[in-house]
Amino acid sequence: MIKRQNSYIRLALMAGLSGYLVIGSAAPVQAMHIMEGFLPPGWALFWWVVFLPFFGWGLRSLTRITQANPELKLLLALAGAFTFVLSALKIPSVTGSCSHPTGTGLGAVLFGPGVMSVLGAMVLLFQALLLAHGGLTTLGANAVSMAVAGPFAAYGIYHLTLRLTRRQGLAMFLAAALANLLTYLVTSVQLALAFPAESGGVMASLVKFAGIFAVTQIPLAVSEGLLTVLVWNWLRTYNVTDLETLNLIKQETPRYEV
Amino acid sequence: MKSNKPNNWLLVLAVLALAATPLLLVRNAEFGGADDRAKAAITEIQPQYQPWFQPLFEPPSGEISSLLFASQAALGAGLLGYVIGLYKGRSESNSQSHSQISPQTHSQNPPK
Repeated sequence: MIKRQNSYIRLALMAGLSGYLVIGSAAPVQAMHIMEGFLPPGWALFWWVVFLPFFGWGLRSLTRITQANPELKLLLALAGAFTFVLSALKIPSVTGSCSHPTGTGLGAVLFGPGVMSVLGAMVLLFQALLLAHGGLTTLGANAVSMAVAGPFAAYGIYHLTLRLTRRQGLAMFLAAALANLLTYLVTSVQLALAFPAESGGVMASLVKFAGIFAVTQIPLAVSEGLLTVLVWNWLRTYNVTDLETLNLIKQETPRYEV
Repeated sequence: MKSNKPNNWLLVLAVLALAATPLLLVRNAEFGGADDRAKAAITEIQPQYQPWFQPLFEPPSGEISSLLFASQAALGAGLLGYVIGLYKGRSESNSQSHSQISPQTHSQNPPK
């Protein structure tokens, strides 16, 4: 009976989160990413060229994973859905402006950073085409920050934290939160490089842009970390098998037999 | 497994609190997008800069764009809930079939 009650609570929790995600997304303001046409052509091309090798590498690791373990496709879809949802959430922040999480940390830890360069780019493409958020010319730059730099940071931070503290939840939280911060730091660098200030040059511009994004982003980074841990907890509770396949959990639990 | 539950509630509460407090604390703010501020900063640094490319499609109104954003979140959240629910069902039916070794569980099934 108690077990049944527990599962009701879990279901309610899932419904609650889904509902919160849907309702929270309603604010129609623009946020984040470099807008269409707002990088000079040279820089726009440059970031495209930087991004494409990562995209190709991501496609390869994506096909390799799905060929070796077709049962992981569902988990892959979950990682994609997670970024898809989180990038739709414009959350108000202490600076009085809105921004959104990226959600790339979860997938990067689960599947490695390469996979996220594909999934992240798909989310960016969707938003650029349908929502006039971000843009096609700036897609390369935005993908480098959100789909390459963030996931790589998440992957590295997760493994570093895990080795130092052996606490998986903490590692997951830090990976997601810091990846989010880094994404917007990279965006600031990209803008600063393209628009150096008359006096003070790139550094002065960087301080300016980073001031806009970074402070807004801190509470959002924390939110992103918490939401990532939430999904991670569900996975750890309900899908040990896949996590074992991905070597994220040591195969010591006896319930592995099929 | 059991220790996760209160933990999860706290996570949800913390996220809600983080989103709600700015609305309560920062009263007279516009809550516009951070990239609009970036746009303003760009024109401040280089007043003559003109965006050289326009979005191919722009949502004709705030309502339409909120519709699109809401559908994006709905699609993602729906898929997320489906996958987690599937995993949960799977793990529950697994643990049930393990406990079915005892004859008691058989007699609990109502006859059809």
